[in-house]
Amino acid sequence: MATEINKQLGDNVFLTTIDAAASWARANSLWPMPFATACCGIELMSTAASKHDLSRFGSEVMRFTPRQCDLMIVAGRVVMKMIPVLQRIWLQMPEPKWCISMGACACSGGVFDTYAVVQGIDRFLPVDIYIPGCPPRPEQLIKAIMDLQDKIKKTGTYDAREFKLRILPDGPKRFDEDELVRIRERNGFKLDEPKYDPIH
Amino acid sequence: MTAATNMKEVLESKLGGVSLVWSAFRDQNRVAVPVSHIAAALQTLRDAGMDQLVDITAVDMLEYPGATDRFEVVYLLLNTTSGERLTVKTHVNEPELKLPSACPVWFGADWLEREVYDMFGIVFEGHPNFKRLLLPDAFESFPLRKDYPVKGRGERHNFPIITRAES
Ligand code: SF4
Repeated sequence: MATEINKQLGDNVFLTTIDAAASWARANSLWPMPFATACCGIELMSTAASKHDLSRFGSEVMRFTPRQCDLMIVAGRVVMKMIPVLQRIWLQMPEPKWCISMGACACSGGVFDTYAVVQGIDRFLPVDIYIPGCPPRPEQLIKAIMDLQDKIKKTGTYDAREFKLRILPDGPKRFDEDELVRIRERNGFKLDEPKYDPIH
Repeated sequence: MTAATNMKEVLESKLGGVSLVWSAFRDQNRVAVPVSHIAAALQTLRDAGMDQLVDITAVDMLEYPGATDRFEVVYLLLNTTSGERLTVKTHVNEPELKLPSACPVWFGADWLEREVYDMFGIVFEGHPNFKRLLLPDAFESFPLRKDYPVKGRGERHNFPIITRAES
């Protein structure tokens, strides 16, 4: 039966699920929102420019309004003043949407372990792909987008119901050094007791 | 060097009897003025030709060997005609972290003073719009003080967490 149809229609018709068809279309038309806050943004621009040419991979249209985007690329360090902006932009993006955390700073704070720099955007946002590097090569970003396309093709559903399953994991939480500072302060630990001689 | 000597004469004639501590390092002249006379000193220098306020900054001298005062506020002045520069310093201590604003003298002091307040908590009285400049208004500490931990007190992680289920 199937071979009979195949014989008559050839490659003009193929059978698939609606989830797979929707995911295939989405994966190949990712519109990135370039959230470039620091030096990684230069590499992001280079990825989109002629030499590396991100548009070969179906992800060419950078949009500067979140309402037209479905992939947020966070490239650079995010400081505490920027997190509310980042979250707002994320909430303004229509579903289904994905997030790439590009570079050491966006993934973990990088070398900037200071009071102002958020130690990884995944503390406040769901992240799909992490790219290590300082800055990552454009090839790494292209690979990340290709991996994301694979992921979308494998797990995507036409009404994005797979997102509803992905919530914060239960179980043991990671140790938070800031929490230690808060606990110590609650217990009256004094930071201005000189604990070492800064000069000698 | 002659011009700086001139500044010295101007300042000392105007602020007679005030103990000004002059020092120099490689043609850079510095003067430490007591905090009670800083407004008069700055106005005098402005009238004597120091027409540009290059920067206002501060130093936290906590646990610094030999230091007697906690905060040192530094004004960097420039005479744009003669190219002559002068560094004016004054010292403030807790709990009286107050200085008269230099905004009436140089309008450019506006953001500089707000930045010093932001980072050190030193209050400039008479400033037209006195609030934090760089950090969010809800920030409670002054991060460039030496007794503030470099990783902060958890301010950087005091945000709502957005999960996949709700975004
Ligand atoms: S990871 Fe490196 S290149 Fe990227 S924003 Fe941080 S410091 Fe800059």
